[in-house]
Amino acid sequence: MHDRLLNAAREAAGFVPRDRNWHPPALTPGYKSTFLRAPGQALIAFDSTLSERTGPAFGHNMIGALDNDLIHNYARQGESAIGQRLVVHGRVLDEMGRPVPNVLLEYWQANAGGRYRHKKEAYLAALDPNFGGFGRSITDENGYYWFRTVKPGAYPWPNGVNDWRPAHIHFSVFGTGFAQRLITQMYFEGDPMVDLCPIVNTIANKAAIGQLVAALDMAHTTPMDSLCYKFDIVLRGSRSTLFENRPEGN
Amino acid sequence: MVQALNYLKESASQTAGPYVHIGLTPNFSGITGVIPHDLGKSMLGDGVRGERITVTGRIIDGGGNPVNDCVVEIWQADAAGIHNSPAEHRGAADPAFTGWGRCPADADGRYRFETIKPGPVPGPNGTLMAPHISFWIVARGINIGLQTRMYFSDEEEANAADPILARTRPLRRDHTLVARRDGDVVTFDIYLQGENETVFFDI
Repeated sequence: MHDRLLNAAREAAGFVPRDRNWHPPALTPGYKSTFLRAPGQALIAFDSTLSERTGPAFGHNMIGALDNDLIHNYARQGESAIGQRLVVHGRVLDEMGRPVPNVLLEYWQANAGGRYRHKKEAYLAALDPNFGGFGRSITDENGYYWFRTVKPGAYPWPNGVNDWRPAHIHFSVFGTGFAQRLITQMYFEGDPMVDLCPIVNTIANKAAIGQLVAALDMAHTTPMDSLCYKFDIVLRGSRSTLFENRPEGN
Repeated sequence: MVQALNYLKESASQTAGPYVHIGLTPNFSGITGVIPHDLGKSMLGDGVRGERITVTGRIIDGGGNPVNDCVVEIWQADAAGIHNSPAEHRGAADPAFTGWGRCPADADGRYRFETIKPGPVPGPNGTLMAPHISFWIVARGINIGLQTRMYFSDEEEANAADPILARTRPLRRDHTLVARRDGDVVTFDIYLQGENETVFFDI
């Protein structure tokens, strides 16, 4: 029995169940758009199967030279986006603290005035002709990513009479399995509007909110060029153990 | 005292918001010239193996309104039941099939994928799961991506033996996961709330 256990080669292990008290619930009255879109029935839980332990992968060769440079990837030749120049960097880790290499991150944001380049956007702040607001990266072998952008502005939105979103960057992250698929938002250290935001406050746990606030990283700031913020993202861990001998890591 | 586990917590989800298209389908949103084409628009390469089908349907909210600002992603096995994924250890998938698609809903809340019918995939405890496609839906007003599955109406026998559909049967909700197949078109409407609410999973 002992030998069989040590040598058993199995498929990718299941993921650690999501902590639904850490994530926001579906229905959050402070964020009014959830009223008609939150499922009313209980989610049906089951351990992830092969269908969720697997997921799509994207090659590094897909990424263009300016994909992670929002200052230049939509700008006219020789021009650049207006705003506070930033580098955002960090690692994608799993819940066991292991780096997650070779996974796709997509990020999007408003411009320095708080205006999105989107047909449904009605805020009166000006569009920046040199700013699109989209970029993407694939993590390296250490789970590391970085990109260059400008600091997004805060903006008002129709929810309460006077609700504002704090400066934030949206992140979409792939893992190795489709069950790890995640969209979240990054906020900025020291922003007093984070605590006031109805969308931030869909998350009940203060520590869970704190995990979404990127720290000013003076050690990686580029003198006379860009400020730097560090933002690590954690995906669900898999339950694989040292007792299972696998042909590949998972 | 006890040693600390030093595990991390998964980053909490936040809504994809009303401008999700900028990040997931930039060309669709009008931000052209940054990347050549939106990811997940095409799942099929030349010589793909299997039965070609169109999977389409509408996403409807609790007020009966189309969810016209959502993005739908699907993930599935190839015709032989193998996933095109580094986490797949059972063999090589059809290289002409990505298995992953992404589609922004239109003004009627409709999505559409040109894909192939997946083969069955092994389930827990030696079971076999009926052919199915995994769905993930994000939008404004959705705090954490909704996970569900689509099964096929022309697979009655396999559906009856499927261990995941079995979990939904005592609730009389299994029918919400079975898409109607008419020829090559498979229709799967998703109701976020109400009498016909689709089963969503915590996987």
